[in-house]
Amino acid sequence: MRAVAILACAALALVACQREQRRFSEVAPASGRPTHPTPQAQANPAEGNAWAVAQGKQLYRAYNCNGCHANGGGGMGPALMDATWLYGSAPDEVYTSIVQGRPNGMPAFGGRIPDQQVWQLVAYVRSMSGQVRVDIRPTRDDHMQVKESEQARRHDLPKPTAPGPSR
Amino acid sequence: MRACVVAIRRLAPIVVVACAACSGRMPALDPSGPQAARIATWWWIAFWVSVVVLALVLAFLLHTLARRRIAAAPASATHDPRVERRLVIGVSAAVGLSAVTLLVLLVSSIATGRALHDFGGADPLTVQVTGRQWWWDVEYWDPVPSQRVRTANEIHIPVGRPVLVKTRSSDVIHSFWVPGLHGKKDNIPGHGSSLVLQADRAGTFAGRCAEFCGVQHAHMQLLVIAEPPEVFEAWLQGQRTSAKAPTEGPARRGFEVFMSGPCALCHTVLGTPAGGRTGPDLTHLASRRTLAAGTVPNTPGHLAGWIIDPQGVKPGAQMPANSFDADDLSALLAFLGGLS
Repeated sequence: MRAVAILACAALALVACQREQRRFSEVAPASGRPTHPTPQAQANPAEGNAWAVAQGKQLYRAYNCNGCHANGGGGMGPALMDATWLYGSAPDEVYTSIVQGRPNGMPAFGGRIPDQQVWQLVAYVRSMSGQVRVDIRPTRDDHMQVKESEQARRHDLPKPTAPGPSR
Repeated sequence: MRACVVAIRRLAPIVVVACAACSGRMPALDPSGPQAARIATWWWIAFWVSVVVLALVLAFLLHTLARRRIAAAPASATHDPRVERRLVIGVSAAVGLSAVTLLVLLVSSIATGRALHDFGGADPLTVQVTGRQWWWDVEYWDPVPSQRVRTANEIHIPVGRPVLVKTRSSDVIHSFWVPGLHGKKDNIPGHGSSLVLQADRAGTFAGRCAEFCGVQHAHMQLLVIAEPPEVFEAWLQGQRTSAKAPTEGPARRGFEVFMSGPCALCHTVLGTPAGGRTGPDLTHLASRRTLAAGTVPNTPGHLAGWIIDPQGVKPGAQMPANSFDADDLSALLAFLGGLS
């Protein structure tokens, strides 16, 4: 009985091996600019990998996606964390939105962002509306937590008080 | 005897490694500035105090071992008032001596720590150093924004003038360490801190990140280059100038490749539309000595390899692999080579 339990735990641990596997050097095309083959309805290679989705989160800031879409809530551009998708929510549709751009403001990033990074961005964008497995999704930033994290809590600051009537 | 030889053989490499810290590329005990000198002085105080303490403890231990054994003493002897008094005196003296020694070390340590942050009333040069995975973003501060200078992995400083280095991190904990000039200073995300550097002689001082910060921690190096003040001022003035967009030849083609391709999304070249802040500022790339935070020397060949396959040079670096055909790449190298 005990042996079975140990074996089961070991098997579970093996499953986790793939979760954060890092593929640093994705093979780049032999020559020419970054090419973006029109994706068929296909599975996103980055979507099953926590590291790739976290990279997507970093790139989301680095490429200034948050300049228009904020942290997913939208601003100048549409929100990305709701269920409304003007141009489709499937990985290949989000990919096309990034690479080819969309009317009314979304610029085309084709030829500027390497293919591997586009897929990482797609995975992160989809994770914002809960379309990526929960154990793969990156956590929310500290400053966006609903409840302040324990380390961030400042005990030494006086509590803000409502302005009273002037004496 | 044989055991002794074996022990020496085994210890020799450790001693050699320990001595490497005293001189060589990153000398911790060969100070080149007042801050490093204070740290080295305190290190030697602590070292010699420790040596004396260790020698005394070992001497007492050996004395005890060598002493003639006292035959099982009669019960009355343990309550001998003379023995009791000697014991009290011995233990009190040892405790007192330890307390005084520790107090001396504590006071000298605090005094050294306080003195490290002393400008001596001089007007310091302020440099903001941001640790990033895995390179150093350096900005020379000036009240006038257009006079600020941004560079990477290389800090030029004037000899004899204190430099206030403000450290911070944009991702994980790094540690700024230039052993010839100062001790380590952690860069903690969300907590700015600072240290004062001053070089007493011209020279190049190697530094590196001293806090494990990810897969390429070992390739996160920097250079501090101390120069005579007039040379430094000329360098700073040169760094303030913008790049000129080339008008003809392969450099022009390279400029177009840079602006229309992936490069401009992350890198800044002052005087051109490229204004990305994610990667290092490339306005004066050709004037730097190394690429990728000291990973490879800055030569056209290494630069080409770094552009095409950064993950082969520095696996995990944030720079993605780029694919250019041969003509575009050589044009790009011509453009980047002109950014001096």
